[in-house]
Amino acid sequence: MTDPIAVRGLDHGYGQGETALQVLFGVDLRIGAGQFVVLMGASGSGKTTLLSLLGCLREVQAGSALVLGQELHGADEAARIAIRRRVGFIFQAHNLHDSLTAGQNVRMGLDVHGLLPGADAAAARMLDLLGLRDRIDYRPANLSGGQKQRVAIARALVGNPEIVFADEPTAALDRENGLLVVELLRRLARQRGTTTLMVTHDPRILDYADRILTMSDGRIVQDTSPK
Amino acid sequence: MRAVTALLARLLGRQPIGWLQLTHHRARLATALAGVAFANLLVFMQLGFFGALVASIAIPYDGMNSDILVQSSDANTLQDGSPIPRNRMLQAAAVPGVASATAVYCGRIEWKQPDGTVRNVDVLGIDPLAHALRSPEVARQLPDLALADIALIDRRTRNVPLALFDEIDAGHAYRIEANNRGITIAGTFILGGGFGADGYIVVSDQTFLRIFRNRSAGAPNYVLLRALPGEAVPALAARLNARLASGDVVVRTMAEAVAKDQEFQTTQKPAGIIFGFGTFIGALVGIVIVYQILATDVADHLKEYATFKAIGYRQRFFLGIVLEEAVILGVLGFVPGLLFSLGLYAVIAAATGLPLSMTMARALAVLAGTIVMSVISGLIATRRLAQADPAELF
Repeated sequence: MTDPIAVRGLDHGYGQGETALQVLFGVDLRIGAGQFVVLMGASGSGKTTLLSLLGCLREVQAGSALVLGQELHGADEAARIAIRRRVGFIFQAHNLHDSLTAGQNVRMGLDVHGLLPGADAAAARMLDLLGLRDRIDYRPANLSGGQKQRVAIARALVGNPEIVFADEPTAALDRENGLLVVELLRRLARQRGTTTLMVTHDPRILDYADRILTMSDGRIVQDTSPK
Repeated sequence: MRAVTALLARLLGRQPIGWLQLTHHRARLATALAGVAFANLLVFMQLGFFGALVASIAIPYDGMNSDILVQSSDANTLQDGSPIPRNRMLQAAAVPGVASATAVYCGRIEWKQPDGTVRNVDVLGIDPLAHALRSPEVARQLPDLALADIALIDRRTRNVPLALFDEIDAGHAYRIEANNRGITIAGTFILGGGFGADGYIVVSDQTFLRIFRNRSAGAPNYVLLRALPGEAVPALAARLNARLASGDVVVRTMAEAVAKDQEFQTTQKPAGIIFGFGTFIGALVGIVIVYQILATDVADHLKEYATFKAIGYRQRFFLGIVLEEAVILGVLGFVPGLLFSLGLYAVIAAATGLPLSMTMARALAVLAGTIVMSVISGLIATRRLAQADPAELF
């Protein structure tokens, strides 16, 4: 079985000419199915760029990046969208739609595949898992910051993604809810084989990680397994 | 609200995000609907006036007891053509298939009111021994018209108190001055005013020539012809055109004459052009208002749209949201626009006597136009969707 993420010699830069800025230098990386991987590094080290490339949110400029068996270098928009539909994103900002209820926002993670029977029930189950069953009809304006973030996490997970890309998902959560989210992601990794790549500075999460990658100046400089 | 949401979800095959966005921001929705309704009102009023212009042009033609009209070759309307030789009437009457022919003289007077204001009134001079007009009131009063300086007035003449007409019908003749000649209005009839004049007065051809001293009995404005029963009117008109082909007159069926007049007045005269331009401006106002609302809505949701793009929604999904909003705004804004327009039509028709009425075809055309207008606005607003970049979310 091929690894869901296999990166070789990945370079990336922004701008052109004198203003060009190279941010990734020959990154090599393999992540196996079901692994819970934490990505650390100082600001500007290239974590976010790596995450957005692997999440098909940017075009790969140089090197090879195989995600779920699809080579991203040279992949067209349709191919990248097809991959994005198989992965889940958790952003720092919840970006919930203010006109939709919590349940409707979660359903957006499912409706991308078309109107499915049982979508409402699936959304309700996912909110239940995150302790938000009683908030299903609430709009974001009536939810706390932590609740909004959990709704966003539910939206990312409801479609049973094969990979989850998460950027500081617990930054807006208190200790209890932060751990709830990490444990959920860890459980999904174990039960469904979901691969998780999470950028975080939260030391509490390190105990849950199968691997910890550290980036510096556009390179992965450390790859450790804490257990 | 939930029922509408569920219905739209079924129709669209997805959550009706456009509807949910619009109804979530009620104040913005109300503003948008007021804007669309206002644009509709503008368009309806312009089309209403345009329709009234077209309808009022046909009124005097419909009032003539005629199948065919002989008028000057330079005539576009009943008022603007040169007088024609009276012997054309005699020539036309001799053509097989023509049952009768009568000449009509046409002029305009200024009727000064007691309050100093002036009414423009078209004067029709007819032969009191012929039945030039269909009006039964005119037919009944033809013997009176044969008397010198006697006139009948159209009850629908604008800005004249109805009580005056009632008094005239009650036998109290009313004297007016026309071109410095005293005229007695002895009766009324019903025709209806247009945009050119406030109303009509009918007199005998002899009285007409006394009012308009520079006019000649040998030069009427047009000749009305009746075809024999069973005669094909267009074919007869063609034969008459061939027979009278001297270049100074043209023969038209009444339908052709009306069409010619309407075409001229709606495309060559200021009123028709202004109403057409007004319709365009109304649509433009609607496009700008709807665009403004939709563009603001897109701008307010760029982060959410970028998130949806990251999830895997395609461009057509976002186009669908914006167009869904556009159609909803168009349809919901149309309803108050139509209701206000119906009210204004009634008020203006009562005040001016213009034939201003709503037709189903016009209402449906404006609804379709409103939806098209909204969709155009939506398509322009979707350009902002390109700014929703999922790569900026991390």
